[in-house]
Amino acid sequence: MNISLRWLKDLAPELGATPEEIAERLTHRGFPVEGREDLAAGLGEIQVARVTGVRPHPDADRLTLCQVDSGGETLQVVCGAPNVREGGWYPFAPVGSTLPGGMKIRKAKLRGEPSHGMLCSEKELGLGSGADGLMTLEGDFAAGDPLVEALGLSDIRLDVEVTSNRPDLLSHQGMAREVLREGDGEVRLPGLPGDATPEGSVMEWREGEAAVEGPHLSIRIEDPDRCPRYLGIVIRGVEVGPSPAWLQARLRAVGARPVNNVVDATNYILHEVGQPLHAFDLDRIGGGAVVVRKAREGEELRTLDGVDRGLTPEMLAICDAERPMAVAGVLGGAESEVTEETRDILLECALFTPGPIRATRKALALSTDASYRFERGVDPEGLRAAAERCARLIVAVAGGEVEAPLLDATARPHTPVRVTLRPARVEAVLGVHFTEETIRELLEPLGFTFDGRDGEALSVGVPGWRSWDVTREVDLVEEIARTWGFDHFPDTLNPYRPGTVPDDPRFALEDELRSRLSAWGLLEAQTPAFAPEGEGEVEVSNPVSAEERYLRRSLVPALLRRVEYNLARRNRDIRLYEIGTVFTAGEKGALPGEATRLAVVLHGRRLPEHWSTDDSAVDLWEVKGLLESLGASILSGGGQVVPHEDEESDLYLPGTTVALHEAGGEVVGTAGAVHPDRVDLPPWAGTVWALDLALPEAPAQVEDFRVRPLPTHPGTERDLALVISDDRTVEEVLGLVRERGGEILAEASIFDLYRGRGIPEGHRSVAVRLHFRAEDRTLTDAEVDGWVDAVAGALKEEMGVGIRGR
Amino acid sequence: MSSEQSLVDKLKALEAEALDRVNEATEPEALEAVRVTFLGRKDGRISSILRHLGGLDPEERPRVGAEANRVKARLQEAIEGRGTTLAASDAGRDALGGEEDRTLPARPRWPGGRHPVTQVIDELWEIFRGLGFTRVRGPEAETEWYNFEALNTPLDHPAADEQDTLYLTGGHLLRSHTSPVQVRTLEAYDPPIRVLAPGMVYRRDTYDATHAPAFAQLEGLVVDEGVTFVDLKATLAEFARRYWGPGTRIRFRPSFFPFTEPSAEVDVKRVFTNEAGQEEETDWLEIMGAGMVDPAVLDAAGIDSERYTGFAFGMGPGRIGMLKYGISDIRAFFENDIRFLEQFADR
Repeated sequence: MNISLRWLKDLAPELGATPEEIAERLTHRGFPVEGREDLAAGLGEIQVARVTGVRPHPDADRLTLCQVDSGGETLQVVCGAPNVREGGWYPFAPVGSTLPGGMKIRKAKLRGEPSHGMLCSEKELGLGSGADGLMTLEGDFAAGDPLVEALGLSDIRLDVEVTSNRPDLLSHQGMAREVLREGDGEVRLPGLPGDATPEGSVMEWREGEAAVEGPHLSIRIEDPDRCPRYLGIVIRGVEVGPSPAWLQARLRAVGARPVNNVVDATNYILHEVGQPLHAFDLDRIGGGAVVVRKAREGEELRTLDGVDRGLTPEMLAICDAERPMAVAGVLGGAESEVTEETRDILLECALFTPGPIRATRKALALSTDASYRFERGVDPEGLRAAAERCARLIVAVAGGEVEAPLLDATARPHTPVRVTLRPARVEAVLGVHFTEETIRELLEPLGFTFDGRDGEALSVGVPGWRSWDVTREVDLVEEIARTWGFDHFPDTLNPYRPGTVPDDPRFALEDELRSRLSAWGLLEAQTPAFAPEGEGEVEVSNPVSAEERYLRRSLVPALLRRVEYNLARRNRDIRLYEIGTVFTAGEKGALPGEATRLAVVLHGRRLPEHWSTDDSAVDLWEVKGLLESLGASILSGGGQVVPHEDEESDLYLPGTTVALHEAGGEVVGTAGAVHPDRVDLPPWAGTVWALDLALPEAPAQVEDFRVRPLPTHPGTERDLALVISDDRTVEEVLGLVRERGGEILAEASIFDLYRGRGIPEGHRSVAVRLHFRAEDRTLTDAEVDGWVDAVAGALKEEMGVGIRGR
Repeated sequence: MSSEQSLVDKLKALEAEALDRVNEATEPEALEAVRVTFLGRKDGRISSILRHLGGLDPEERPRVGAEANRVKARLQEAIEGRGTTLAASDAGRDALGGEEDRTLPARPRWPGGRHPVTQVIDELWEIFRGLGFTRVRGPEAETEWYNFEALNTPLDHPAADEQDTLYLTGGHLLRSHTSPVQVRTLEAYDPPIRVLAPGMVYRRDTYDATHAPAFAQLEGLVVDEGVTFVDLKATLAEFARRYWGPGTRIRFRPSFFPFTEPSAEVDVKRVFTNEAGQEEETDWLEIMGAGMVDPAVLDAAGIDSERYTGFAFGMGPGRIGMLKYGISDIRAFFENDIRFLEQFADR
């Protein structure tokens, strides 16, 4: 919200605060000042000048030679603007001056004609966006006057952030109320320049409920839910033209662009008191009727911005007897627009219900100063004052006469808000005791009234402009805290009771997994949960980009994109993990399914480079080990990692995958070599390995564990080199070994694997160490040898596995 | 000079020479040679000197004999000591596997670690855990009810727009804040409630230096009898002092959130002693939003808002991390460049 400090001080003449103090007060009340601009900055050297003669440039079609009276001598200035005319007043940058943008004006020759200075557009002066012609000045000036003084530009604009609950602050009047402190006097609307209305004169209103009939025009509200009240004022005989300089300067000061005197007057009142108004060309209102109704299916309207818009019954329209003339509370129509030909106008001042206005402006993707205020709520008690003031301003700047009676259709009268306030409740919420007197001192300056009580409870009257955000006791509690100042509250820590909510065990499990993965040298990544088409089944209906149109069903693809990103930056050794949410389509109407998963991607060396070791690359045994270790962390019964083929997934290269099965046989996670189609690798890259694991919904409680007694008798080891054919798995051979090794075989482990010379083609030599031990005695060689022979015999006979050296 | 004196001097000179040679020996063989040279029974140089003992006065003999024994013992000891040292340095060489240049680089491990945002969440959790909080979580895909309406935010109010929401086909949405977890917790548990809800939230934002469509948020909620605005201020001030240091100052500015009233933006200012010993302070940093739980939120969750009051707060661990680590672009958190993440790894 742009605030002109000059305007603010017009409304509160006794306000002596500096711009810094005003900014500080607003920030302190919850409305931070985001920006501050000196509107006259850089304009000190610009003058007001009059063009006394215009003739074509002899050597250029688009240029003119202007005689410019800048107070002293008459200068020739070459001008390219189409709108320059003899007798007009324009901003003039003399030779030697500097424009706000830093451009220095020098004496120049344009196509052979000397030019002594420059006539300026709004844009060149930083006063607006108008760059299509010179900035035309309206009023009586003396040539050579400084522009800043001639236009009243010495002003400071504050950009104040207003929260959406405070529509009353979207005006200078509202801002002034919030800024004023004791000793600053009160907020009063100043006289309007040129307003000749005698002091104390009263306008005559004709009131109706949903409809009111005037001498030449009727107003009818057909949708009182959306439009509780509609005021109309006919003004006849206006002369539409540019606004006087003071009015233009005011609008420019808040960043609005002057249009014409009638429209500018409505905008002025909007910024002054916060009530949006609209002026129609009375002659364009067909049938002498204004009807406030829902638009009909198929109705269209060309709005002021020149766009043809299709209306729907969800939108409220201001219509004449037949057709829509404006989208209520959002934007007027082009056909009923006030133009230079307009003689008579209808001034609209209405109250529209916030919700539907918001829906309409969203549907039309069209936010205006009016819709911004209506969707937050305008003062339902301020309509007549705003309408009368606007009518007087129009007459003051555009002439004409207000036609009596003024029309007021009130379909739903506003009931002023009253709120019951218990001082004890104030203390219960704020933790500080406030006396009734203090409460009144804090609230009365904001317009709240205290009249009546019920026992301890106070009855508080809420001013109309606060009737949207102060409707409950707690709203007043907030006002008390806010105006007293949050800084005044102590911050002593009081004792508290422990809560009833247990710590969600999933957090502890994830903590644990992160600790392990980090200790294993993996880096945690975070990727957003979005995915392109094909990588998710839950669809975002308003995505920002196609890459973010779905919610991921797996963490792996985004991590593979991170692998590509790192490889592109020559980060070759990649070891990332992520713990995050994935989404699956829910039952119809239900929320999507969500699950937490853990994924790992690896590429490059298994260990960091070192002069003492070979560089070996990450392999299956690395990711299989991760999968086993993680499985042990998340599955209470442990789990089993076995070779795996997944027809449904094309993530892994065939034949490279292992899966973690939980006790019931369900696959909980997989790991393997990523298929080259799934990741875009530079030619020098190696294999990318991935792991994908489901984390349990309800992590198992840590089971009580009891230590195993250590063996009391020494064990014995025997090594066997088994020659195993490739059509047998090591797992099945070891199974037989364990089965036939007797009770005293504690463990069988593999310590070497060899292919090559001395081993038949299609076979490998697997060195197995058998660990024998009995709990109650020291084993004899003979006993152990007996079992080894049994194992060897079984291997030979049942599986054809030979043993080297036997 | 007496002959006695000259023998003692010779012994001393011999001792010094022998000790030098012991220390110069780098091989066991060389050491043995030193022993034979000086202590050899037959031709050892000390024995040779003692042969001249007979030529001395009987009264002088014991003094020279005692000196000779002292020197012998001293040498013996030195040779043994040197022998032990040489043996150990042999074993040491063996232990090094033949490469003795200890300036060679150590064998590194991959530095692993948590994502910086996780680290911030962990640090915040550690503090709030000490203040009696437990952790809760809720779904990231939510209903309009939990994301807006149950939080006193009517869908047709502009406040529902301020966090531009991502919707899912079918009418659900991605939560735009962690506050829905407040409602779900209030529905599921009775006060006293003292919880922290970290999690991802989503907004319809395009990536730039300070925006991302997904980011972490951390929500706190306390509901009990007698909880007041003073408790809110005190809890957050205590948190700030524990996180940013004991000199940290905290400032509450009025603000507006539909689900709290009064509502505040909370700023902190770190005050600390710099390396030069001077007191230094940062600017006010906007850290979080907070407020007293709006009674409408308690009522919507079935909690008696006359009996219970509460406060809530929400902060962005990513933003806190950016301030803490001097990260100027939020996208660094999502790029996951190894060189970036390794800076946050456990060392």
